[in-house]
Amino acid sequence: MADVKKIKVPETQEGTVVYNLDPLIVKSHYEIDYIHSYAQDSPFFAGLSAGRLMGSHCPKCGYTYATPRSHCMQCGAKTDWVELPKEGRVHTWTTCHFGSEVFLPETPFTLILVEFEGVNTLFLSRLIGVEPGRAEIGMKVRAQFLRNSKFLPTDVYFVPA
Amino acid sequence: MRDVYVVSGGITKFSKASPNKDFRYMVKEAFDYAMNDVPNLTLDMIDGSVASYFSDHFTRQLMAGIMAQDYLGLCPKPSRRIESGGATGGMCFQSAWEAIASGRLDVCLAYGFETMSRVNTWKGNEFIALASDTNFDYPVGGFYTGYYAMMVQRHMHEFGTTVEQMASVSVKNHGNAMHNPYAQYPMELTIQDVRNSEMVATPLTRLDVCVMSDGAACVILASEEMARKLTDKLVKVIGVGTGTDSMRLADRPHGDVILLPHEKKEDYAHLKYPGVHSFRGGRMAAKLAYEMAGITNPPKEIDFVELHDAFTSSEIQTYEDLGFCKYGEGGRFAESGAAGLDGEVPVNPSGGLLACGHPVGATGLMQAVFALWQLQGTIEKHFGNDRLQVKDARRGLIHSHAGTGTYITVSVLERGF
Repeated sequence: MADVKKIKVPETQEGTVVYNLDPLIVKSHYEIDYIHSYAQDSPFFAGLSAGRLMGSHCPKCGYTYATPRSHCMQCGAKTDWVELPKEGRVHTWTTCHFGSEVFLPETPFTLILVEFEGVNTLFLSRLIGVEPGRAEIGMKVRAQFLRNSKFLPTDVYFVPA
Repeated sequence: MRDVYVVSGGITKFSKASPNKDFRYMVKEAFDYAMNDVPNLTLDMIDGSVASYFSDHFTRQLMAGIMAQDYLGLCPKPSRRIESGGATGGMCFQSAWEAIASGRLDVCLAYGFETMSRVNTWKGNEFIALASDTNFDYPVGGFYTGYYAMMVQRHMHEFGTTVEQMASVSVKNHGNAMHNPYAQYPMELTIQDVRNSEMVATPLTRLDVCVMSDGAACVILASEEMARKLTDKLVKVIGVGTGTDSMRLADRPHGDVILLPHEKKEDYAHLKYPGVHSFRGGRMAAKLAYEMAGITNPPKEIDFVELHDAFTSSEIQTYEDLGFCKYGEGGRFAESGAAGLDGEVPVNPSGGLLACGHPVGATGLMQAVFALWQLQGTIEKHFGNDRLQVKDARRGLIHSHAGTGTYITVSVLERGF
């Protein structure tokens, strides 16, 4: 028969971070890595690494999307990949002085929705090279690409044309 | 379908942080308030429930809905959880309506909560931004205020809407909340105060944007037979509508305007719709709700509105989508005072999200609670003063809104006594 006095959970030196006792408030950390697939949108991200902005064109109804979608929102048909122009115009903009946690170090940053000639929808991107709050609707902008691709939509950004 | 009535409601005070109560306790507090308001109702008469909360991240607890159900003593009765971003509360209300209308349940509880203080504000902004497309939108902007700021920049460009007109919405809603004891941020403000507060995303300042909150709200819905046993202050749900739009703001197409009953195609001959300045889903929700309710002239037939003013700009855009004015005239509608307490259509007499706070899962149900009390004529009883009671309120509209207008609900309530 085992000696019950020796059956114990080992004691460790780590403690719990306590912020407050009444009510009892403690720190609770949570972190995770995902295995995220871009699936059918993969060619868009591959295109960015080659300096190409790839959109979707519907062969059935002729609609062209600036942000890719493999099936047409208008008619449901399978779309074809199409390269978008490198230049467009600012459809609307804002400068963010605050952001969510991971973007805070980047503030202030300017967001734009870009309109391209002959394309039916817009493209969300960052505008670089314009003072905060100084973008204008209608201004001409040109796509630039990161040389070292991160396979994120921020691999492309726009500058004044 | 059967007629559906709202018989009672309860709410906690919304606050930045309520560390003394977890979400279950907050729901219980709102629930007990609602139960006490209809003394004939006992726990065994409730047939089931619908739970409303937006993000599992805020509690770091999956299946939080069943924990509230269990805490309230409603197990093993039927329940389900509804999630639709910012519109979760409005969708929960409509889900409870469906449960009664279909005949499945006779008495259904709709409860909602959010405890957003469990993370810091910037982390909360991140959790909320995860409700944008995480392949294409979140990694670029990752900030809802930024998305709405872009929408209103285009609204200003197309229609001449001004930042002062937006600020007037903040002044109105924070001012109304001075008389609402449940509101998180009642404030007497001037337009200059709003403009002078910190810039968040041009042109929206801190006082153009709602805040994060802890809080809970609930309403009890019933069939006509049960409602008559429970209260003599009947409030009937006469119209429900739901609309949707593309997840990505950039994908909003241009097409024909969805016309409300009092509008003609010629009214919008030159409007590119919806573009990024209008909420197509809101139009659809309003159209469906008005059709069901038999409303042919909304600004004349609706006595007050509790709408989803997460931003001053979205309140202005929503005036237009609900048909209280024509497209492009929302800014002028705001500055005219038409949405004030004594205006043509009082909008957010409670103070709205801007002043009451926005504990997401509770928000749409907060609107239902305040609308119920308005229509019952019991604002004084519940608020301790009658300053916000809309005189002779017969018909009220509640409006719940998610994403950049991706899920939207409109429900119309009418006094039934």
